[in-house]
Amino acid sequence: MNASTANRLTPYLFLAPAGVILLGALIYPIGYVIYASFLDWNPSQRIGEAAFVGLKNYKKLLGDGAFRESLWVTLKFAAVVVSAEMVLGVGLALLLDRKMRGMSILRTLFILPMMIAPIVVGLMWRYMYHPTIGIFNRTLVSLGFEPVPWLSDANWAFAAVVIADIWQWTPFIFILSLAALQSLPRSALEAARIDGATGWQTILYIKLPLMLPVLIVTMLLRLIDAFKVLEVILVMTNGGPGLATEILSLRINRTASEFRALGEAAAMSNILLMVLMSLTLAMFLYTKAMEARARAMRSQNDEEA
Amino acid sequence: MPEIRIENLRKAYGEHAVIEGLNLEMADGEFTVLVGPSGCGKSTTLRMIAGLESCSGGAILIDGRDVTHLEPKERGLAMVFQDYALYPHMNVAKNMSFALRLARYPAAEIDKRVREVARTLDLTPYLDRKPGELSGGQRQRVAMGRALVRDAGTFLFDEPLSNLDAKLRGHMRAELALMSRRIRKNMIYVTHDQVEAMTLGDRIVVMRHGKIMQAGSPEELYRRPANRFVAGFIGSPTMNFLKADLVAEGDRVVAVGQGFRFPFAAERSAALRSFVGRAVDVGIRPSGFIASEAPDALQLPVILSEYLGAQSIIISELGGARIAIEVNAPQPLTVGGTRGFEVAADGIHLFDSKTENAL
Ligand SMILES: Nc1ncnc2c1ncn2[C@@H]1O[C@H](COP(=O)(O)OP(=O)(O)O)[C@@H](O)[C@H]1O
Ligand SMILES: [Mg+2]
Repeated sequence: MNASTANRLTPYLFLAPAGVILLGALIYPIGYVIYASFLDWNPSQRIGEAAFVGLKNYKKLLGDGAFRESLWVTLKFAAVVVSAEMVLGVGLALLLDRKMRGMSILRTLFILPMMIAPIVVGLMWRYMYHPTIGIFNRTLVSLGFEPVPWLSDANWAFAAVVIADIWQWTPFIFILSLAALQSLPRSALEAARIDGATGWQTILYIKLPLMLPVLIVTMLLRLIDAFKVLEVILVMTNGGPGLATEILSLRINRTASEFRALGEAAAMSNILLMVLMSLTLAMFLYTKAMEARARAMRSQNDEEA
Repeated sequence: MPEIRIENLRKAYGEHAVIEGLNLEMADGEFTVLVGPSGCGKSTTLRMIAGLESCSGGAILIDGRDVTHLEPKERGLAMVFQDYALYPHMNVAKNMSFALRLARYPAAEIDKRVREVARTLDLTPYLDRKPGELSGGQRQRVAMGRALVRDAGTFLFDEPLSNLDAKLRGHMRAELALMSRRIRKNMIYVTHDQVEAMTLGDRIVVMRHGKIMQAGSPEELYRRPANRFVAGFIGSPTMNFLKADLVAEGDRVVAVGQGFRFPFAAERSAALRSFVGRAVDVGIRPSGFIASEAPDALQLPVILSEYLGAQSIIISELGGARIAIEVNAPQPLTVGGTRGFEVAADGIHLFDSKTENAL
């Protein structure tokens, strides 16, 4: 081996330990889950004793109405909460991005929900949604309205978990949006005022486009989290009534612990993983494509010039 | 009628007064330069005129209309910022046309104007680039272009050239002077650089600590500075100041200092008579010294000589103070020894040591 090859290989040598750890910590568990999804495996067996069944678990899932329902609930839940949280979080950030007395206290208050343990959040909302002693129904009744079957009606239960999630996670988007807003170039915003932009126009044409990279990442993080939400819904409805709020992670949990079908649960989480991966990939490809298009347009213009 | 009038304008941040009672009139089509050391309140003044900063008191009138409390967009101004303030996500064409698009100009009209301005500023090849892909000089021109495409009556500039390197700055300064001659709009230009002020301004307003020290044409400010501050601020190299006393000798008044005496002619003596006995600062520009072989010439030591090509700046000493003397000499001067100099009578400025006002 001559000196130049040695030189080229040196960085890899130094990277190797980190690479091994990455492989062990990241790839091994994922590989384990993927492998497990091809097995007919119940918790009393060691993994070596489980029978290899190929794609049977996946085939079964695709034909399983309950799983499809659960996947649909998950997609619906993620789409609804993330959209609502983005609108509310970004809106609040736009509203509160100003210098005023007490603003820092207000901001701190806003992020409190995020810091509460999810189990506690679930319990809290369950009590608030309680049909007779919960704050919502007591208020409604005292105002002369009919009480609402918050957690016992399928539609209301879905709305109830959505509301709880929005309450807990809007602050996340709020903080990141606020940080993005506060790092916007001040003078560009002033230039927009001079150029005649109204407050709305500044938001629409300057602030939001400049925040977009941060917003995309924020949304992705929230989306990934929303697909995996478990504790709050577990405590509030445990997936009920019926399958109305049985999101995928609840179903995975039940499949593994109640139905004792580990292979099937693994297959489910792989499907969830694939959904998330394709989402991330799509986002990634979209930004790449936008960049490439901008570059292509430029080089074309350079030729003309 | 005056296009822009500022009456008793004040600005305070909490207890801290930044601008204290500013009065200023700018005639239509005039290029006004606000100049002063950093922190003197130039930007604050400009931003109040623009409407980006609220006023703590006083009024701003444009064409007789009180705009003190109007939004920036209602004032019909265009502004070029020190850091250019381009919209990072828009390409050059979009940056320049933003105001026109907001004002719902027809697309053809927008396109025509943008192309026209881009041509005069050599920006045509870059219309599709984002600001991040331009050099500092190009960004600066985009910022100018964005102001120019609008039909604004008044242009505001906040140190637009200070982020450019020296050579480019000189070039852009000339371009700006040409442009202002061509379009003849109201221009208010803020800078801390007196060279920019002198070369660009029809009228210069020298500020210090939020107050106007003097306003006038470049020549007025250079020839008849109203006070010591303006005298020291305008002109490069800086004016020399020497401590002296005004003494009457017969019918003449003489400024007597340590190692020098400057007698004044009859007419100026008469004017100065009432100040006899005062301590004064004698101000002499480096170019005010004239090499002289006369026997009664000042003999000044050559402590250091800075060779600039056509001129040299001699660092010398007079009256216990370091002074600079500008001499036209094609060759570098030898250091050491002394040289004889005279000062022309009209090259001597006098300032009251206490009030700093010109006598
Ligand atoms: N937002 C602010 N809050 C407090 N003081 C300020 C603020 N903006 C400017 N100042 C003060 O006002 C004075 C004038 O500032 P400025 O107008 O920017 O000076 P310059 O002449 O260098 O442009 C400075 O002393 C500065 O510290
Ligand atoms: Mg400034």
